[in-house]
Amino acid sequence: MFVAFILFLVVVGTLVFHFWSPYWLTPVASNWGSMDQTLILTFWVTGAVFMAVGLFMVYCVWRYRYQKDRKAEYKPEDKKLEFRLTLLTAIGVVALLAPGLIVWKDFVTVPKNAVEVEVVGYQWGWNYRLPGEDGILGKTDIKNISDNNPYGLDLNDSNSKDDIMVQDADLHLQIDKPVKLLLRSIDVLHNFYVPEFRAKMDMVPGMITFYWLTPTKTGEYEILCAELCGTGHYAMLGTVLVEEERDYSNWLAQQITFENALAQNRTIQLAENKK
Amino acid sequence: MPDEFDYKIEAKADMAASGTSVPPIDYAPVAERPEQELYHSKSWWTTYVFSQDAKYIGIQYTCVATAIALVGLALSLLMRLQLAFPNLSLLDASVYYQFITMHGMIMVVFFLTALFLGGFGNLLIPLMCGARDMVFPYVNMLSFWVFVLAVLVLVASFFVPGGPTGAGWTLYPPQAITAGTPGNLWGIVLMLVSLVLFVIGFTMGGLNYVITVLQARTRGMTLMRLPLSIWGIFVATILALLAFPALLVGGIMLLLDAVLGTSFFMPVSVSMGELLQTEGGSPILFQHLFWFFGHPEVYIVALPAFGIVSDLISVHARKNIFGYRMMVWALVIIGALSFIVWAHHMYVAGMNPWFGYFFATTTLIIAVPTAIKVYNWVLTLWRGNIHLTVPMLFTLGFIITFLNGGLTGLFLGNVVIDVPLSDTYFVVAHFHMVMGIAPVLVVFGAVYHWFPLVTGRMLDQGLGKLHFWITFVGAYMIYTPMYYQGFLGVPRRYFEMYESSYISTVGLNVFITLSALVVGLAQIIFFYNVIRSVLKGEKAEKNPWKANSLEWQTPKMPPEHGNWGEKLPVVYRWPYDFSVPGADKEHIPQNVSPSEVAGAKVEKT
Repeated sequence: MFVAFILFLVVVGTLVFHFWSPYWLTPVASNWGSMDQTLILTFWVTGAVFMAVGLFMVYCVWRYRYQKDRKAEYKPEDKKLEFRLTLLTAIGVVALLAPGLIVWKDFVTVPKNAVEVEVVGYQWGWNYRLPGEDGILGKTDIKNISDNNPYGLDLNDSNSKDDIMVQDADLHLQIDKPVKLLLRSIDVLHNFYVPEFRAKMDMVPGMITFYWLTPTKTGEYEILCAELCGTGHYAMLGTVLVEEERDYSNWLAQQITFENALAQNRTIQLAENKK
Repeated sequence: MPDEFDYKIEAKADMAASGTSVPPIDYAPVAERPEQELYHSKSWWTTYVFSQDAKYIGIQYTCVATAIALVGLALSLLMRLQLAFPNLSLLDASVYYQFITMHGMIMVVFFLTALFLGGFGNLLIPLMCGARDMVFPYVNMLSFWVFVLAVLVLVASFFVPGGPTGAGWTLYPPQAITAGTPGNLWGIVLMLVSLVLFVIGFTMGGLNYVITVLQARTRGMTLMRLPLSIWGIFVATILALLAFPALLVGGIMLLLDAVLGTSFFMPVSVSMGELLQTEGGSPILFQHLFWFFGHPEVYIVALPAFGIVSDLISVHARKNIFGYRMMVWALVIIGALSFIVWAHHMYVAGMNPWFGYFFATTTLIIAVPTAIKVYNWVLTLWRGNIHLTVPMLFTLGFIITFLNGGLTGLFLGNVVIDVPLSDTYFVVAHFHMVMGIAPVLVVFGAVYHWFPLVTGRMLDQGLGKLHFWITFVGAYMIYTPMYYQGFLGVPRRYFEMYESSYISTVGLNVFITLSALVVGLAQIIFFYNVIRSVLKGEKAEKNPWKANSLEWQTPKMPPEHGNWGEKLPVVYRWPYDFSVPGADKEHIPQNVSPSEVAGAKVEKT
């Protein structure tokens, strides 16, 4: 009795914890609410299976606990039951997988009108680059990196000239505008993650990875590095501000292009890591 | 023993005499080869140190793996203290990262893999198959000592300049070997050397386990009469033999990158403002190699646990395991599928996003055979006669823990749900539940179950129950809240716990740490119980749990060198003939011939 009761408490306690505790997904601030929907679908399907199997087990423990004159049943197999359970599980798995793959298709299909923003990760902070008026980011190479050229821009690429080097630690994004984040790293693996945006992707030196999103809620959100990148990993934080068009334009106007920076012989400062 | 071999002729004569292919009632298949002469040790050293007796090697493996696990446990408690009480300044960031790395590697490879395959494999395979020893006892001895060497090299990394590597147990380059990571000079080298040694040692042992199961089973022990423990260990060993080479390759290449400056995994990159002289390597290639090993590794730990738990549940519920054939095939299918799901650890690693479709599909398919196993465990309890012994308690704890951890795997396997959850505490909770706590609960259940076989004494059941409840409920309370931290987006591997601006998790962290401390300290009960019982525990009767498998049917308990005395046992049935209708005994051991239990209405196995 005692055993069945405690096991019952553990199974039911899991459910109680879910309803009683205040911890849950942060309010979503991008178009990836669809990820939340698949997550919540999975949560309830798996939650129901957990309760069903767990409670059935508890029932068996209580109902068939040792009694001196009881004899266990002798039944090596039940093909029909095994087949039904297999089929039911397979259907459940398909029901979870299919919506997931549909959302995944959205995730890997970048809309044509998405503006490109480059995020460069380094140990341990973030830099940002916007493509400027031509809408094209200039080529880069890690070998070009120097004190004057922290992004490693290709000086011979004319597309580089109007690229905008963001001079402060914060990234600004315009609300409701799809953005394709091009992710680079100059040293080790990093991962650009904003919990409220849901999406994340590793940044790999030697590669340009990407994902896209549309910010849907103005506000200030924290950027976290989500791939272990050395001793300072936990402090590799940043801020992204989602703004209305006017605020965004004001901010953009304050930024300087690569060409101007070179002309004024200004050293492009790496964004200071706040921590 | 020539008389054994003569049986072949007798049996043939029998068949010929009856003039029919219908075997006589106590028919056992003929022996296929004469029995080998058994190796006998001649000195103290070869008896107690360089022993070639598989049972003894199993205990040696278990002791060393447990010892190193205590180091891993201590590291985890220090980490939890640092996370919940940063004001104590117990660890700095470098040390924290070194601890997470060592904790992970120790627990996964040097504890669980070594314990299940080296420990339980050596103890159980010859006994349960009805063999006198492993087929290659000398190689088996070497396997253990190379493992010891691997552990020593690993431990040595705590004492070298710079300390052990802090690259995370995944050891991803470039970070693992560049300056921003602690232990990037000595620590990583020792870690990789230790892994290479482990793989060498394991390969010797692993070949032994597989070949012993295939070649040295006693007469009548068909594959489909093997206890599921052996099936689990057998399939897991095959996985390990095929998966560890990927780790070996990745490890050696990374070693070359670290020591000789090659660029297998190193692209052009900068380290601490300096351009490195590396070019052309692929960091993602290492991840593929690592996870090609790393994912089967999950099942290398899980499958023996699956097998052992199946036997425990059947013996202690006095009922045959439900759906034995399905259970065997599920093990085999899970094993096979485990080789084509590895990149689900890399959904957000920057590989081609189209991979997501393939790996999400294969990963979710694996849920089906896994679910079947869970159903069959629970259905074994149905209409059983459940003895709530300590091994049974650990089994029940395992089922709930594994159910919880397995179901949360459906989140992470489904690529698009993995995107928000990967690298958060959700992952930490999931894998600790599914391949940490669940297998460890099985280990404890197995120790309580087979302790009398090894020592001839019982473990104290009262202390065992106390140990179980604190460990099971406590561990559940550690990891369940972590799922919710993961939902919140709290990233793993943060030296300072990230505080979401949405809601604080400070209280939750303190709660988790306190639970972890209680669970950690509760293990003292277990070790006290083991030491006390070895010295003056209650003497066990023979076959105390009334099990059917062969390890309990040896002439002496604990079994002597050679296990079986004069004659090898002959097997007539599967190990799950409990509560057979018509039988006068409640259970029928595998070596009881049909004529001895004439009335029993057993199903053919």
